[in-house]
Amino acid sequence: MSALEIHQLHKSFGSTHVLKDVNISIASGEFLILVGPSGCGKSTLMNAIAGLEPITSGEIRIGGEDVTWRTPAERDIAMVFQSYALYPSMTVRGNIAFGLEMRKIPKAEREAAVQRVADLLQISHLLDRKPSQLSGGQRQRVAMGRALAREPQIYLFDEPLSNLDAKLRVEMRTEIKKLHQRLGTTIVYVTHDQIEAMTLADRIAVMRDGQVQQLGTPDEIYNNPVNVFVAGFMGSPAMNFVDAVLEGGRGNYALRISTPGQEDLVLPWPAERDTDALASCVGQKMLLGLRPEHFSEAVGHSGAGTAMAAVIGVVEPTGADVLINLPLGEGEVTARVGPDCHARPGERLELQVDMRRAVLFDPQREVRLA
Amino acid sequence: MPINTTQVPAHAGARGHSASASLQSWLPRLVLAPSVAISLFFVYGFMIWTFVLSLTNSRMLPSYHFVGFGQYARLMANERWWVAASNLAIFGGLFIAICLVIGAGLAILLDQRIRQEGTLRTLYLYPMALSFIVTGVVWKWLLNPGLGIQAMVRSWGFDNFTFDWLVQPEMAVYTLVIAAVWQASGFVMALFLAGLRGIDDEIIKAAQLDGASLPRIYRRVILPCLRPVVFSAVMILSHIAIKSFDLVVALTGGGPGYSSDLPATFMYAHAFTRAQIGLGSASAMLMLGGVLAILVPYLYSELRSKRDV
Ligand SMILES: Nc1ncnc2c1ncn2[C@@H]1O[C@H](COP(=O)(O)OP(=O)(O)OP(=O)(O)O)[C@@H](O)[C@H]1O
Ligand SMILES: [Mg+2]
Repeated sequence: MSALEIHQLHKSFGSTHVLKDVNISIASGEFLILVGPSGCGKSTLMNAIAGLEPITSGEIRIGGEDVTWRTPAERDIAMVFQSYALYPSMTVRGNIAFGLEMRKIPKAEREAAVQRVADLLQISHLLDRKPSQLSGGQRQRVAMGRALAREPQIYLFDEPLSNLDAKLRVEMRTEIKKLHQRLGTTIVYVTHDQIEAMTLADRIAVMRDGQVQQLGTPDEIYNNPVNVFVAGFMGSPAMNFVDAVLEGGRGNYALRISTPGQEDLVLPWPAERDTDALASCVGQKMLLGLRPEHFSEAVGHSGAGTAMAAVIGVVEPTGADVLINLPLGEGEVTARVGPDCHARPGERLELQVDMRRAVLFDPQREVRLA
Repeated sequence: MPINTTQVPAHAGARGHSASASLQSWLPRLVLAPSVAISLFFVYGFMIWTFVLSLTNSRMLPSYHFVGFGQYARLMANERWWVAASNLAIFGGLFIAICLVIGAGLAILLDQRIRQEGTLRTLYLYPMALSFIVTGVVWKWLLNPGLGIQAMVRSWGFDNFTFDWLVQPEMAVYTLVIAAVWQASGFVMALFLAGLRGIDDEIIKAAQLDGASLPRIYRRVILPCLRPVVFSAVMILSHIAIKSFDLVVALTGGGPGYSSDLPATFMYAHAFTRAQIGLGSASAMLMLGGVLAILVPYLYSELRSKRDV
């Protein structure tokens, strides 16, 4: 059964069309992550799901029931707001218990729930403080606690970890993941953090200008992006886009990359990945998408990749691996190689390119071709 | 004074620098001195003089024959003073309470993003632009049984309708409340509206999701955030209430008899028209004491709790 279904949702504020034809459907217990650049409508979509903003047209169903015109209280949703939105005049305890109190839960049960989330979020010592006496990260945990005290059908989290320090953030991320596994409640979660998105999500919706560009599993989004925007948005460092000319014919297509001052590089396209769209593009410029990890150091002459060589520009060791900038095509690309690579800037490096995972886009329409 | 903290470089022409630095630090004090002196003299000087006079047997003119607290004892025995004092309690209490309730209510209604909000807001604020004398005169006509509301309703055919508080000794003080509330509640509304607009929308959204109804959201979440507004409103209103003099003079003249006297009119009557400067001064000192007794604990508790709000 689908826990949340959004059908042809449109939302305008006056003349600004903020959400355009949003269609999302997630199964019960799934963890949906919304990502997209600032101002693309993520918070607006959350508000629409919660019923806090009336929508212009479309339909929202929760647990199979049409809730489009229900009030927020009737939807059985708990939300963590981007600005925390704690009640300034209440203590932390009051903040966490308020939703239970409004739902007429007996006092003893309320206290137990407060204690449970306070232990979970490590805020037991803060229960009698007012929000103004808390740090940003503590407020964020209280805001989480307020949502977790209830057991709604859907949790909405609008960037709940954005103000935590790196360590606490990783801890909380794990906590959220555990919590989701334990409770099995459907969660919709907004984040700007790539790692959060990839690690937490069952499904990711990539948004841009109020439209959902792609809805899919993290693996689909990462390895099978439908367009240049999705490919460039997910992944850090971002995917490299290289201008290349398509040559050859069905079964033996190849991509020719001309780098100024170097010999042209010809990368054969794996025959099993041919698509019909390619036939009409022979001789035309294409956009070849290569993730940094699609490059690897050529060790001997084995390996399943196409060999290439380039002069190293910049070397950035990150600890776990080494990022290397190389000129390729008109610009530069970033390659991710193992930590034991001791290449120096200015040296010539032999690399392999794994074309089985490369993606091809139409440079004008920016859509995926193969 | 921040100017004193200006760093003077130790090297190069230290003498010239220190001269200009001391001028810099003294000039503001010199310029401010006359106005500080004048306000010290006219506010605190006259307060002290009033206190001194309250200890003398001054009648028509100030005299300096000290009688200790005799004037205060006379005041305590004066029935008219007790009428004025209890009138102030009734008037002040009702005036502040009703203004707060009406002001908050109007602000909440206006906060529902209705059309023509700007016009309505101005309309409610207008009475504040009038002087209490004008308010007093207008309400004197409105409340006059032979001319105003009573006469109008009777002319519609309700012959038994009576609304003659203005001429009833035990009700006259309530007419003061009506007029003062009419004048000041729009202003309180403006204060509350500004406070309401300052509240983060997401707090209200969070409360909606928590399942609170709109009245509950106001009562439990929003109004508690407006404590500073209530604080300012009470300060301003109590100060208006205690000072009320012109309204009484214009609306009831303290009458019928002295039934609607307030301490301010009592003080004026005794000090300036009934040749009892000593008694008037004593009543003025009691008024001052009353103001301090109300405001100091309130200020103290508000300013102290501000740290942990
Ligand atoms: N009440 C409103 N009236 C008019 N426009 C609005 C309103 N709320 C949001 N918008 C517009 O809608 C667009 C989407 O806003 P939204 O807050 O949903 O962005 P977001 O994706 O959550 O961004 P961020 O990542 O910065 O939080 C923005 O362009 C914003 O200007
Ligand atoms: Mg947002």
